[in-house]
Amino acid sequence: MTDTRQRQLIDPDVIGGTEEEPRLIGSVCGLCGTVTFPRQRSCPRCTSEDVRPRELATRGELWSWTIQYFAPKAPPYLPGGVEEFEPYGVGYVELPGEVRVEARLTESDPDRLRIGMTMELTLVPVPGASDTLTYAFRPLEVQA
Amino acid sequence: MSAGEDIAIVGLGIHAFGRHDGVSGLQMGAIAARRALADAGIRWQEVDFAAGGSDAAGNADTSVSVLGLSGVPFINVKNGCATGGSALTTANAMLVSGAAEVALVVGFDKHPRGAFNPLPEDWGIGSWYGETGLMLTTQFFALKIQRYMAEYGISASTLAKVAAKAFSNGARTPHAWRRTPLSEDEILSSRMVNHPLTQYMFCSPGEGAVALVLARGARIRELTRAPVYLRSVAFRTRRFGSFEVFSPSIPIESAPSATTEAAAAAFEEAGVAPGDVDVAQIQDTESGAEIMHLAETGLCEHGEQEALVQSGATELSGRLPVNTDGGCLACGEPIGASGLRQVHEVAIQLRGEAGERQVPKRCRVGFTQVYGAPGVSACTVLTV
Repeated sequence: MTDTRQRQLIDPDVIGGTEEEPRLIGSVCGLCGTVTFPRQRSCPRCTSEDVRPRELATRGELWSWTIQYFAPKAPPYLPGGVEEFEPYGVGYVELPGEVRVEARLTESDPDRLRIGMTMELTLVPVPGASDTLTYAFRPLEVQA
Repeated sequence: MSAGEDIAIVGLGIHAFGRHDGVSGLQMGAIAARRALADAGIRWQEVDFAAGGSDAAGNADTSVSVLGLSGVPFINVKNGCATGGSALTTANAMLVSGAAEVALVVGFDKHPRGAFNPLPEDWGIGSWYGETGLMLTTQFFALKIQRYMAEYGISASTLAKVAAKAFSNGARTPHAWRRTPLSEDEILSSRMVNHPLTQYMFCSPGEGAVALVLARGARIRELTRAPVYLRSVAFRTRRFGSFEVFSPSIPIESAPSATTEAAAAAFEEAGVAPGDVDVAQIQDTESGAEIMHLAETGLCEHGEQEALVQSGATELSGRLPVNTDGGCLACGEPIGASGLRQVHEVAIQLRGEAGERQVPKRCRVGFTQVYGAPGVSACTVLTV
């Protein structure tokens, strides 16, 4: 990451922190403790409106995964994303004690993904908008 | 419906599924409606309530200009994959309440080729979700079955067998779209779409229409000698903790799906146990969905599907024939029509009029289950 151009985050309500140390912004219910992602204004579990933003954990376990082998349509994908499409991984990462977050994965080889492996939050360019970053999770373990 | 009068389906109409260039969704809906009226042997003027809809092919009530301007109250429904189920729920409530004696429900749709491309903003999610590449129904089904296979020991061969059964049944079904049988190997070796699901394990958005005429009480026997009783229709949205499509996150605390709750309510209201079901139509947007929904509806235990499917129990000649007209896999998915297609197919089977695909054993109890975004399900129990 030697690129020094100013890059923006895809949605400041979804990703906080810095480019070097990004954090996902969820919310936590003051009444029942339920954590959501992205941030919600009320609790989907107990309906309370006593809900505050919360930076979520950056490491978790892969709960499930798939590989996206065909280009999504634009919209909602960006037209440039369709043009430069390459298969990408998608998964849910369970952040311990918080919530399972859906994310792009930096790994797209099915042989290198397995349920339960440790994953860490990172940023990747939005396909079709290289000056914009979105979040993804990358495997932390070296695969045998 | 333990108290009060019976509600029955007295007329069935379907417009073939597939691709029909030059025919609008609304026209297909009107054709299905006329066929249902003809099957019931009534005129449109005798219908005193109607409900119907499509997801992407227009307002159902405008078909009165084709069917006839009779002044009938006609409620438009637009409720995703539960559009047909919601129309049926509404019509059933009108009949049960005594507000109507004869009702018509219609569902139709016409989608362009390729995967659906819903916009996150329409589903309460920011545009970042779609731009990041997460706004795809196919991903959800793959993520759900991937986890399920690991938890319950479901094999890729079983995924393929579900699809092979669908195309085999579709080959015997005049209204089906995909009518060429495919082998398990052909299905497994087809293009990978969303791991572990291949091209032929997914249904395709398509076109088609279905209409049903329902009647209450004494009107039933006046209209038909072969009524199919609607014992229950139950419709639910998701609860906190269920794993549903278009979820940027899911809680660690898990809850039963909308399907589980709708199915349990439908069985309870009907006074029928899942084990009593002779024939079932289960939402099979891909083969994993049929497998998971079989257990969510209570038709089998979680994990039992591997043996059930491998033994052929869900085939036409099996103990529990499932998706006897080929389901969404062979018929395609016109969103507004699929839920009513399931009811249509169970009714045909219960009437013993399914021709080449007729289940050989005597069928008295049928069940349907539809599921869709963002976590809705409608289930019915039908009997003869």
